[in-house]
Amino acid sequence: MLGPFDYFLWVTSFLLEVAVVVRVISSRSFARYYPVALYMFFAAFFECFHYICITRFGVSSPQYHFLHFFTGTLITIFLFWVIIHFYQQAFSQMNVRRYIRSGASILLFATALFSYAATRAHGDHLTKQFVVEFGQDLYFVGVVLTYLLWAAMVHFRESHARLIHLVLALGLYFSGTAATYALRNLFPNLQASLYQWAPPVFGTLLPLAWTYTFWKVPEDARILAYQLARRAQ
Amino acid sequence: MIAALICVISLAALSQFFVTYCWAALASTRHVQISERVREITRMAGTDVAADDFRRLLQFIFLCPQKDGYAGQVRAVALYYRLLRAVGFVGGLLIPGTAAWAERGCRECSHFAAVVLEHRIANMQNLVASQSGSLL
Repeated sequence: MLGPFDYFLWVTSFLLEVAVVVRVISSRSFARYYPVALYMFFAAFFECFHYICITRFGVSSPQYHFLHFFTGTLITIFLFWVIIHFYQQAFSQMNVRRYIRSGASILLFATALFSYAATRAHGDHLTKQFVVEFGQDLYFVGVVLTYLLWAAMVHFRESHARLIHLVLALGLYFSGTAATYALRNLFPNLQASLYQWAPPVFGTLLPLAWTYTFWKVPEDARILAYQLARRAQ
Repeated sequence: MIAALICVISLAALSQFFVTYCWAALASTRHVQISERVREITRMAGTDVAADDFRRLLQFIFLCPQKDGYAGQVRAVALYYRLLRAVGFVGGLLIPGTAAWAERGCRECSHFAAVVLEHRIANMQNLVASQSGSLL
C-alpha cells in the first residue's frame, strides 16, 4: 500500500522529469543533451505505465513487480548510454571518439546480455533476493563508470560547469542507490522504511539536480573540476 | 563479502560526490567581491567573511522577503552548513584536519550568503526606487 509520502515522491519525480525535458528543449540544448532529454522522457513515460499498472492490478501484484523490475533495469541501462554521451563530451577535444564508441557498445551489449540472461533464468520466480542483488550490481557498474568519468574530468581539467554538475548529480544518484541496495542485501531485516524510500528519494534527487543545472547553470559557465576535487579533499 | 565491499565503496563515493557537488554549487559566487554596504550592514569584522557570520547573514536574508531564484539554494546551503558544522565537530575529535576543512567549507557558505544578501538589498532598493518614482 502506498502512503502520502510515496505519492509525493512519485508526483515530484514525474514533474521534475518533465521539467528537464521542457528545459532542454526550450533552452535549445537538445542537440547537445539529447540523451538526457530522452532518458527523462522515457523515465516519465514509465512512471505513467507504473500508475496504470497499479490502478489496474494493485501495488503488490506480480504484474507490477515485474513491470517495476523490467522498466527499472531498462532505464538504468539507458542511463549508461547517457554516461557514455558525457564521456564523449568530456573527451570531445581528444581524438578518442571511436574508442569510446567501441568500448561503450561492448559495455552496453554485455550489460544488456547479462540482464537478459539473469531475467530469463529467474523470470518465472523473480525473488526479492535476486532483485536486490541484481540492482546492487547494476547500480554499482554505474558508480564505477561515473567515478572513472569524474576522475578523467579532473585529470584533463574539464571546466564546463554544466557537464560537471550533471556528472556529479549522476554520481550521487548511482552511489546512493547502490549503497542502499547493498545495505538491503547485507541487512535484510533492518528498517524496511529506509529501503522503501531511499531509492525513490535518490531517484527524485537526480531530476531535481538536473532541473537546477539546466535552469541555473548557463551553458558557457566555467568552473575547474580539478579545483573542486582538491577543495573536497 | 561482495555486498559489504560494494556498500563501503558506494558510501565513500556518495560522500565524495555530495561534498564536490556542494562545492560546485557554491562556486558560482566564489569570486564575487562583497561590497562595503553589506559589510557595514552586517557589521562584518575584517575583509574576509568568517564562518560564524553565516547565521547572522541568513537572518538578514530572511528580512528581505523577496521571491528570487535563490530561495531554494539558500535552504540547501543552510542544510549543508549545518552538516559541515556537525562533521567538523565530530570529525575534529577523531581525524586531525577535519575541523579546518569544515571551517573552510563554512566560510564558503558565509560568502555565498553574503552575495545573496547583496543581491537582495540591490533588488529591494530598485523596488523602492521604482515605487517612489511611480508615486511622483
